[in-house]
Amino acid sequence: MELLFTMIVPLTIAAVALYGAGRRVDVYAALVRGAASGLETLARIVPALIGLLAAVYMLRASGALEWAAQALAPLMESLGLPPELLPLMLVRPVSGSAALGVGSELIARFGPDSTLGRTAAVMLGSTETTFYTVAVYFSAVGVTRSRYAIPAALCADLAGFLASAWAVRLLF
Amino acid sequence: MAMTVIWTGMVVISVLFGLSCGRGPEVAAAAMEGTSAAVELCLSIAGMMCLWSGVMEIMRQSGLAAGLSRLLGPVLRRLFPQVAADHDVMDSISANVSANLLGLGNAATPLGLEAARRMSPDRSDTASDALCMLVVCNTASIQLIPTTVASVRAAAGCAAPFDILPAVWLASGVSIAVGVAACKLMARLWRS
Repeated sequence: MELLFTMIVPLTIAAVALYGAGRRVDVYAALVRGAASGLETLARIVPALIGLLAAVYMLRASGALEWAAQALAPLMESLGLPPELLPLMLVRPVSGSAALGVGSELIARFGPDSTLGRTAAVMLGSTETTFYTVAVYFSAVGVTRSRYAIPAALCADLAGFLASAWAVRLLF
Repeated sequence: MAMTVIWTGMVVISVLFGLSCGRGPEVAAAAMEGTSAAVELCLSIAGMMCLWSGVMEIMRQSGLAAGLSRLLGPVLRRLFPQVAADHDVMDSISANVSANLLGLGNAATPLGLEAARRMSPDRSDTASDALCMLVVCNTASIQLIPTTVASVRAAAGCAAPFDILPAVWLASGVSIAVGVAACKLMARLWRS
């Protein structure tokens, strides 16, 4: 099982390339075209990431994050969540690049294989930028009364955060 | 606008906290550190992100995404009973969901917007139950292989960046199940 998850990248790439070649797709041209679009995605998030990581580092150096984490620690701990993850949970529904910045800082600081680093990674991988998505969809069809869409989506986010912490403790 | 408030708030709080705790110099140095950390992060995840985007493009062109979308039909008809009879709407929903599963973010959004437009032709200003469900499905992450996060873990020196996959699937499953349940429940309680 462990070997499977280590090999998932090369196996997936090989399988997709073989399937594509079998279906007469110009695999290499598609690969290069996709990679170029990946670079575009990256170029879009670089400016946001620079601004956000500067602010996150400042917040950390000022001691404000420790203070907030300490103040909310009892609430977070009663839910089974490490208090250090609070900033990540707050920005996750609002901005994807901000969450990536906050999350990668946590992963680098605590280590990718620590419980905290893993939980941050699972939170990033199992939730989306809720408010952005809601705004894009409703503005595209001219809906101003979104009814229960936002509360329902936030229920899903909260469930995802709690389940991330539980899943990491259960599986590692 | 939300990010304006959050970002400005973060910076102002840092300065106020730093000054009152006597950590002014650390805050000043941290701003510099943060910017170079951001550039380093982007450089270190660039390779993996581009490679995966390339693999996803092969999946799209070879019809893997379309095949997945056919598999999803039966499940989606139960989630969207109000529009299940409309083939055009169901096709764009399936394509949207399968693009999300494969992590084709750039392809998923236009497909989802097409579904949203087709399911509300009357341009009503109130969201229908089907539209709420579509939006909630898109705000929950159902990506099978979360490549960006794996790139970040690899950049932090992780030997097996994908070992979180089962945990991600579990958490995503719980999240989407709660989202769908909340939608179905609130649709009954919430009279428009």
